Amino acid sequence: MTPPHTLTEAAWVLCLLSIVVMPCAAAGLALVNTGLGRSRNAAHSMLSALCVLGVAALAYCVIGFSLQGYPGREFHAMLVGGKPWDWIASDPFFLRGVSFDASPAPLAVLFGMFAAGLSASIPLGSGADRWRLGAACSSAALLAGLVYPLFAHWVWGGGWLAQLGANYGLGRGFLDPGGSSAIQAVGGLAALSIAWILGPRRGKYNDDHMPVAIPGHNAVLVLFGCMLAWVGWIGLNCAGAAIFASMAGRAPLIVVNTTLAAVCASLAAAGITRARFGKPDASLCANGWVAGLVASSATCGFVRPALAMLIGLVAGALVVFSVEWLEFRLKVDDPGGAVSVHALGGIWGILAAGLFASAADSGPGQSLAQFVGIATLLGFVLPLLYALNWLLDRVYPQRVPPQGERQGLDLHELGAGAYPEFMSHNDDLWQR
Amino acid sequence: MKLIALFLLLAGWIIVLAAVALMASAGPRAAFALAGAGVEALGLGLLVRAHMPLHEDRP
Repeated sequence: MTPPHTLTEAAWVLCLLSIVVMPCAAAGLALVNTGLGRSRNAAHSMLSALCVLGVAALAYCVIGFSLQGYPGREFHAMLVGGKPWDWIASDPFFLRGVSFDASPAPLAVLFGMFAAGLSASIPLGSGADRWRLGAACSSAALLAGLVYPLFAHWVWGGGWLAQLGANYGLGRGFLDPGGSSAIQAVGGLAALSIAWILGPRRGKYNDDHMPVAIPGHNAVLVLFGCMLAWVGWIGLNCAGAAIFASMAGRAPLIVVNTTLAAVCASLAAAGITRARFGKPDASLCANGWVAGLVASSATCGFVRPALAMLIGLVAGALVVFSVEWLEFRLKVDDPGGAVSVHALGGIWGILAAGLFASAADSGPGQSLAQFVGIATLLGFVLPLLYALNWLLDRVYPQRVPPQGERQGLDLHELGAGAYPEFMSHNDDLWQR
Repeated sequence: MKLIALFLLLAGWIIVLAAVALMASAGPRAAFALAGAGVEALGLGLLVRAHMPLHEDRP
């Protein structure tokens, strides 16, 4: 059994303060997704974010934490080749096994509740403009109550990925204190499943299967969302590092690295779009900024600032090319760029932790441990998410009917628009 | 096609796990794990193709 982490009183308070600002990350993502969507779906997008956060918090507290657990608590394991493989925690439902005292476990509950909400709100970006509110909430419950806690247990709850170092000599086991994998990549892969299951928006592809540009309706919301996400991510990375890796003393390094990765990713996106299109693209710069934050989560406590800049630069460049590749080549309609930013950015962060973590924090075989984590995301988490969302779609169709999409989700599902003083909007003129 | 793609993804992951659990030395373990990743890549490619619109389809 993995021994529980310990926290000094000062570290406990730092953790609590860091966790308190974590909802800013979800609020930032909600603004980014709303700004990148159409104006006739703006109120629906914000309400979806709020409902998804609430449903995810409920699902996590009712079932999720009992599957995720915390190092030192009860779990189910099986022996493989004489080594214990810890698959799933066995805490009681409804948080009945948690004593809300000054130990790290209640902080892990609080962190998990916000992290599950953040992860569940990522698919809203790829399902924008066509995903029913009820279906989004049902999908969030499955993600926050089952998939996220399972993977989080493997990474943070003393599960088999975390034990790869102790059991098989692969470095220090799978490293990801801030959640590039458990929060971001899981959410990003859910976003990919949703984009596939829903299909593209009406009018996104013309008769020759070429994409038609549907620009976001409010760049100010998108860019303000990035600033808010920055604050939230600082809290997320500091809290994760302190609770799951006992690195509270590295908080200043974590804040510096998180900021540098985001800045460099955004600059990379700005530079590439300026070189290719003559002017920097605001939405891709915003996506680059968030991708830098995502990639920083796995590495911010382990690398020097210069390497954090490099990680950010690569994340920003990846996003620009990936958004285009998904839209033009793979025909994936992802209005918020959630797949590129969170799935690809998260996987890059995990890989970077294996490549660049300092010798003191890693060991021989660290890259293979990270590689096993990525293989698990693609080989287990993606099929599981796809199957769950496909089944949900059979029971409760996830996409709005064509007339609802034409009318706008605000009027169709909520009965009132976000901007009632404007009778028409630019995006109404686009081909539907 | 989607079912086969999901099966390939899962099979690739199990190969990677088997590499970690069964191979003792670093070389064969890495090679076996890479083979598993190859199977996963095949599954992912198939899943992508299964969601591409056919040429006759109209969006």
